[in-house]
Amino acid sequence: MLTLTIWISFLGAAAIALMPAQNKHAIRWTALGTASLALLVAIVHYFKYDIPKAGFQFGFDAPWIPQIGAGFHFGVDGFSLPLVLLTGIIAVTGILYSWNIEDRVKEFFTLFLVLIGGVYGVFQALDIFLIFLFYEIAIIPKYFIIAIWGSTRKEYGAMKLVLYSLVGSSMVFIGMLAMFFVSGAKTFDIVQLRQMSEAGVFPAYFQLWAFPLIFVGFGILGGLVPFHTWAPTGHVAAPTAASMLLAGVVMKLGTYGALRVGIYLMPDGLAAWKWPVALLAVIGIVYGALIAFVQKDFKFVIGYSSVSHMGFVLLGLVTLNVIGLSGAILQMFSHGILSGLLFAVVGRLVYDRTHTRQLADLGGLYKAIPFAAVVFFIAGFASAGLPGFSGFVAELQILIGSWKAFPAFAVVAGFGIVMTFVYILRAMHAAFIGDSEQDAEKWKKLPPITWPEKVASILLIGCSLVVGIYPGIMTDLIDSAAVPFIQNLFIQSGH
Amino acid sequence: MEQELGIVKWIWLIPLLPFLAAGLTALMRKEQRQPAQALVIGAMSISFLLSCCMLAKVLTHSHGEETFRKVVNFVWFTSGAATHLELGFVLDSLSALMLIVVSLVGLVIFIFSIGYMDEDENAARFFTFLSLFAGSMLGLVIANSLLLLFMFWELVGLSSYILIGFWYFKPSAAAAAKKAFIVTRVGDIGFFFGLLMLFYATGTSILFNQVASGAIQTAGLHRIEAVGILHESFFGLQLAIPFAVLLALMIFCGAAGKSGQFPLHVWLPDAMEGPTPVSALIHAATMVAAGVFLVARMYPVFELHGGDALKVVAIIGAFTALMAAVIGCAQFDIKRILAYSTVSQLGYMMMALGVGGYVAGMFHLFTHAFFKALLFLGAGSIIHACHHEQDIRNMGGLLKKMPVTAWSYLIGTGALCGIFPLAGFWSKDDILLDAFYSANVPYNIPFFFGTAAAILTAFYMTRQCIYVFFGEMRGSHLHPHESRAVMTIPLCLLAGASVLVGVLYGWPSIGGAKIHHFLAPERSAPPFQWRFAAVMMLPALVGILAGYLVYWRSRSRLKGLEPMEKLLGASGFAPIYRAIQNKFYFDEIYDATVVAFNGWLARAADIVDRIVIDGLIWILGVAVRALSILSQWMDDSGINRGFDEACEGIRDASASNRAIIQTGALQRYLKFLAAGVAVLFLILVLL
Repeated sequence: MLTLTIWISFLGAAAIALMPAQNKHAIRWTALGTASLALLVAIVHYFKYDIPKAGFQFGFDAPWIPQIGAGFHFGVDGFSLPLVLLTGIIAVTGILYSWNIEDRVKEFFTLFLVLIGGVYGVFQALDIFLIFLFYEIAIIPKYFIIAIWGSTRKEYGAMKLVLYSLVGSSMVFIGMLAMFFVSGAKTFDIVQLRQMSEAGVFPAYFQLWAFPLIFVGFGILGGLVPFHTWAPTGHVAAPTAASMLLAGVVMKLGTYGALRVGIYLMPDGLAAWKWPVALLAVIGIVYGALIAFVQKDFKFVIGYSSVSHMGFVLLGLVTLNVIGLSGAILQMFSHGILSGLLFAVVGRLVYDRTHTRQLADLGGLYKAIPFAAVVFFIAGFASAGLPGFSGFVAELQILIGSWKAFPAFAVVAGFGIVMTFVYILRAMHAAFIGDSEQDAEKWKKLPPITWPEKVASILLIGCSLVVGIYPGIMTDLIDSAAVPFIQNLFIQSGH
Repeated sequence: MEQELGIVKWIWLIPLLPFLAAGLTALMRKEQRQPAQALVIGAMSISFLLSCCMLAKVLTHSHGEETFRKVVNFVWFTSGAATHLELGFVLDSLSALMLIVVSLVGLVIFIFSIGYMDEDENAARFFTFLSLFAGSMLGLVIANSLLLLFMFWELVGLSSYILIGFWYFKPSAAAAAKKAFIVTRVGDIGFFFGLLMLFYATGTSILFNQVASGAIQTAGLHRIEAVGILHESFFGLQLAIPFAVLLALMIFCGAAGKSGQFPLHVWLPDAMEGPTPVSALIHAATMVAAGVFLVARMYPVFELHGGDALKVVAIIGAFTALMAAVIGCAQFDIKRILAYSTVSQLGYMMMALGVGGYVAGMFHLFTHAFFKALLFLGAGSIIHACHHEQDIRNMGGLLKKMPVTAWSYLIGTGALCGIFPLAGFWSKDDILLDAFYSANVPYNIPFFFGTAAAILTAFYMTRQCIYVFFGEMRGSHLHPHESRAVMTIPLCLLAGASVLVGVLYGWPSIGGAKIHHFLAPERSAPPFQWRFAAVMMLPALVGILAGYLVYWRSRSRLKGLEPMEKLLGASGFAPIYRAIQNKFYFDEIYDATVVAFNGWLARAADIVDRIVIDGLIWILGVAVRALSILSQWMDDSGINRGFDEACEGIRDASASNRAIIQTGALQRYLKFLAAGVAVLFLILVLL
């Protein structure tokens, strides 16, 4: 049962809530154990997933609120299983990178695991109402984690994040109700709604206005320009593990929702809106990269890089071909891993030691903490699309896909990749390179890198490397969902 | 069709071994220098031996007009039923030639590095990166897929970045590394688009396969041509460009970036900030030639549509060859002179390919790899002996102090200038011969540019040699001595190669047509002519003579201005000299345009994000608050007040009436209560 991932996380949270607060070590180990167990369940199910059979597997369906047709319906396919895996990986590494938290350890890990449980839930729920519920479960702990353990305008960042998310949710809510009433079937079940959608229950004019509500509503959380400004502020304000979660999985909730509820149920709506969406995606890629280039705060560089990279996801989603869509899912996975790693370097490996993130004040850190420099170097180049890492495969797929769908946008997105290298190199040189006496003196007393940090970094780099060298490990799974989806699309629209 | 692979089955081991060595040495500690060096050099030796086997395979199996080609292809991953991204390796004469160049020159330079890096505490890391580079470069030359080629291409760029910035604590080295990476990256994006276009047009990422349906085999080329002419209107401007030509030019963008062709040549001279073995291996012999190799590999695409794309290649190449040679005449850093010389020679190779001299271009790549590696290692030996002094004005008289280095350097110089019978003579003659007979570019521009560049090459090399080896030592603080055997033996090996490879493959009665036959039996080329070759010695001799006349007199004492500056200044050309010395201000122009524009755009976007978008949100927030204040006011003043006032009015109006009931006397209330209960009781009973 893959749904165990959800319940294990919630149970872990409950267990920690009952533990004595002063026993910090036991709490940390409990949290790590819980997250690892959930990851293990996810990995086991990755191997158990029957790719030739495809479709939703490891399902579970029980009535919940029969009056409105909401059910406890779970299941995963090739779109969601990679993201479930990603959640597990980010949860484990996030806890490892939070090993040093000393302030309210118990509350931190309780909220952390609740959040993780909520994210697992969103990726597995097959009922819009249930998705909505888990989505909100994920957002509330987010607020407290940022507002309590954060830095740099943390209350502002937390509030901005929550307000933006809630605006998005309300748009989704309206769209969801509209689908509920228009379908007339009194159900929120995605599988049933999908069948109805294929049967043509949602007329084109309806999709024309309902699709943007759902897509933009979820897209806000996925960093859709111009509704993205919560992301950099939120990332910067959040503590390391929370930035990792935020960039690593929470932003994916947005793009995943846009796919699962928006594109999956209303493909005609996407067909009508694909040019504006693609335009916004490409603007996001270039615009995010440009802004990242002039940031003075190290974490803001990575924050804006997320906006830029999520633009690739959005671009891939709307290509309406297998390779582009497959690339979008892979980019979600890859960006989850790599942005998590980048935030970990900036927030945990650097900021927690130097207590400054201003690039002007950093410099010459390579000598003091070479491990951090090497990890940032690898993660930065990998996220910019260095062959051998997952980012290259994903960007390659997205660019091939968008080359077919919108060649001009593909060209602009290609230049976005050059700009990624430019800002990554700029930040890297400013923070790590340089060897003045002054720097050496300043960083003499930096604490050494600890074992949880090393384990987590190597784990994340390893994941990206494996997918980068042997992409089949992910693409076969993703394609098992993408191929039938795109085929249906063409049968329906009579291409 | 089943192909007999034999040893070709193992071709992937050639790049894999250096990669493994790199991975293993990366895990070693700094102090384990010897095992690291042994491992890296051992892996490279095996790769070299395997490369020799591959060459032998090609040599023994090619007969007649038939081209030898064996491929090992595999599917990397699939996306849907339609899209198979295939990768693979190919062994043919081109990749065999490149394998030998890379593994042989690489091996020699690795050995040299043991001596050169002996004082560096991070030498073990240096070998890790060298090995990473070697693996990527060997993979690049045998890639049978433009996609795989691109992947190795990027890894090569990465290792170049790391190695240029190996002494990262020098700000100039760090900046040069960054610049090299970004400038080549600009070219690479064109390459990447070319890759997408090729994939889009042919539906395969494989270049060659057994059934001749690869992207650059007959079927694929037909599909590329079938796309036809692209019509684009660009801001009202009607553009029409054949798809095939655009595709070729996109690929050429990448080649121009990597091979330092105008206008992307600016990074290569700066790359000399890296340790000298790196300059020799990467920025002279192998990586920078990858661009030339790429054009050669994709030659069938360049030839489509009447070879229009080749015209561009020829013109860019010829221009680069001349421009860089001019700049090289006014530099003082021993390595920078060689760097501009490299840019110039790469231009030569491009020009050769552009005028249809496929074999000549690759032949020059081959010979150049040996004599330019020799020159760089010679420069390295000199720099090592002079305690990292690189200014040729502070050297002098080294012929006596470092005889082995000096003599091998002079052989390299002769080869570069094209002195009979050294290597450069044969390949350069081949290029100029092709350029002379080619009608690809009007007015024979490549030929004249090439000849002028040959004169200048001889001139600046003579100037450099006089400065470095003759006269008296000018830097008083330097006490140079001959380098160790681990450094001089590689020099001798390369000097030997610089003498021999030309004769073996160029001399008509010995090698002659052999290189043509080996590389491209199906292509016809103008045959070697002794008369033409003799005439083509003249530019070199003129250059040497000019250099001798200008510089020989001032070999011992160098006071005041540079002789050439004096000369040009006297005839009123001082600004021109300054422009040459400042590399025609390319860096300044780029700083003022591209770099400034990017910075401006980025700041503008930042302001938009902070002020416009967040500002709009802020306005929205203020508007919502204003609305809520308004509602509160409406509530208070409209609804609430009206209600309150109405209530008040009622109270006032009915105050007298209510006063009767609301007396505050408890007994009265109890009476009413009792009455009420009685009434209720009555109702209950009655009903």
